[in-house]
Amino acid sequence: MVEMTVRQALRDAMAEEMRRDERVFLIGEEVAEYQGAYKVSQGLLEEFGAGRVIDTPITEHGFAGLAIGAAMAGLRPINEFMTFNFAMQAMDQIINSAAKTLYMSGGEVRCPVVLRGPNGAAARVAAQHSQDFASWFGHVPGLKVVTPWSATDAKGLLKAAVRDPNPTIFLENEILYGVSFDVSDGDVVLEIGKAAIERPGRDVTIVGYSITVSRALEAASMLAEEGVEAEVINLRTIRPLDVPTIIASLARTNRLVVVEEGWSFAGIGAEVIAAVCDRGFDHLDAPPARVSAADVPLPYAANLEAAALPQADRIVRAVRDVCYV
Amino acid sequence: MAAAPADDPAVLVDFYRTMLLVRRFEEKVGQMYGMGLIGGFCHLYIGQEAVVVGMDAAIRTDDAVITSYRCHAHALVRGVPPAAIMAELTGRGAGVSKGKGGSMHMFDIERGFYGGHGIVGAQVPLGAGIAFAQKYQRRDNVTLVFFGEGAANQGQVYETFNMASLWKLPVIFVIENNQYAMGTAVRRAKAGTELCHRGEAFGIHGVQVDGMDVVAVHEASRGLVARVRDGEGPMLVEMQTYRYRGHSMSDPVKYRTRDEVQKVRERQDPIEQLRARVAGGGTIAGAELKVHALVLQKNPGGGCGSSRAEPSTMRR
Ligand SMILES: Cc1ncc(C[n+]2csc(CCOP(=O)(O)OP(=O)(O)O)c2C)c(N)n1
Repeated sequence: MVEMTVRQALRDAMAEEMRRDERVFLIGEEVAEYQGAYKVSQGLLEEFGAGRVIDTPITEHGFAGLAIGAAMAGLRPINEFMTFNFAMQAMDQIINSAAKTLYMSGGEVRCPVVLRGPNGAAARVAAQHSQDFASWFGHVPGLKVVTPWSATDAKGLLKAAVRDPNPTIFLENEILYGVSFDVSDGDVVLEIGKAAIERPGRDVTIVGYSITVSRALEAASMLAEEGVEAEVINLRTIRPLDVPTIIASLARTNRLVVVEEGWSFAGIGAEVIAAVCDRGFDHLDAPPARVSAADVPLPYAANLEAAALPQADRIVRAVRDVCYV
Repeated sequence: MAAAPADDPAVLVDFYRTMLLVRRFEEKVGQMYGMGLIGGFCHLYIGQEAVVVGMDAAIRTDDAVITSYRCHAHALVRGVPPAAIMAELTGRGAGVSKGKGGSMHMFDIERGFYGGHGIVGAQVPLGAGIAFAQKYQRRDNVTLVFFGEGAANQGQVYETFNMASLWKLPVIFVIENNQYAMGTAVRRAKAGTELCHRGEAFGIHGVQVDGMDVVAVHEASRGLVARVRDGEGPMLVEMQTYRYRGHSMSDPVKYRTRDEVQKVRERQDPIEQLRARVAGGGTIAGAELKVHALVLQKNPGGGCGSSRAEPSTMRR
């Protein structure tokens, strides 16, 4: 075991994959000489050179399209968006080119691109720079959507994403970049599509992903003091969603709270609850609850921002509701 | 280097045969659409044959081509069997995209054909990405990126020009200026200079070529391809061409006169122009043209009619 930050884990994952496979390269704004807008690509230019760590102009629609085309032609691009807010400029290429081409070519054209970068709220950067896109991308067949929380997730899932033959949306979180976790040594590769139970418990299942796993764990500690034992599931992957792990947990706890940083309408919580209604309805002893962002663009003022995002105390309240305590 | 094609009857006969294959194939597609055997959006290439035939003959089989939804001809000249294209059009499992793509989405990577893209302009950055891969892998290949003069107004085209020039990618941007983007005549949509100059701000050399003259197309393309292959970076060519049919099969073509179309057919038709040139002297080549014309008349899709007998994807 070694302790490392999520930022280091991402960096190591990219460096290891670039050492392993000549076809892997990193492309995006400020990834090379500046070492990454959030310093995630520190040292990569030095090790791999300007041919494989490529600074682009500010041209998301163009460079994402170029990376997707390079993937169709047999390379393994890692495309960094400075943040996913800017990936909206490239949405057409991501959906219409990357996600759909394998299917509409009858299996002829593969697109093994990784589109990664920070997603969701950072700290007080206001509405246009603070949005969780998990449900947007999760909607689309042809994409895999990965949402790491810990450094192990970051490393193991990024390596898996690079090796995956499909386009993968890799949603990081800026606030988590500086958080440290223990990571096993060596070639950590996790399976895409498998959730992890981060804390076992028998009274209620709390499902989260990315930074909401931290909030769920905080809530679980608070609940433990009240005598409620919460099980916390880290989804790790949004698409494909690990429904069996959720149902198995629900079979033990019979109560469910889903936490997401995005808005609730047509969101991840709605999807998880629909899956539970389809495949685990009889396990439910109470209507499941959602904790999500307030239905407004994210405000700037610190107090308003905190109120708009899912916090541990709101999760605690939701748990009390579904447990009728 | 082969003899200049204008002097080589065999090359000209081959251009003729391929252009005629495209035309007869597309006419057959039009008929089958009318019979309800082909559905959805379907864009024919009739009138523009010289562009793709002249250019394809200037590249190697291991080079790459990418284009828009108007893609039957590009697939055909890359060597995709007509029967596989027709089976795709009729939604069959034997189709080049297994019936999943249809008229607008055909792909054959073995033959360097990267599709078949339905979003106007989207193939341009994708094509630059293919060229990026060619350069990254240190292969001496080039990519031809075909797009319409309508697509030339999309922002992503200029984002791509910038990167392609900055990184000296081995790509030729081919603007197929067929004068109309759906119902919008080029003069109603284009501000500023001629389209061939649209790359100049990025340092991309551009030329305008008579896209109705297959020999002119081919000769210009050979020069550009050689320079791009040599590492000079991207080039741009505007092919002045014309589409005879509607934008797609559902276009009633109210935005131009029949007379306008008729004049182009009479004076500039790419196939007729070449026939007149080759058949002029009563040569052996002239006789060969007649044979090709007869064969293609009897069998327009090179055996593609059989796709009707194949099971549809639904019944599989
Ligand atoms: C982004 C986008 N906008 C609009 C359309 C609808 N559309 C399809 S073809 C077309 C005209 C394109 O004309 P041009 O680029 O000149 O190519 P041509 O059809 O003449 O070959 C339009 C507007 C589309 N497919 N994609």
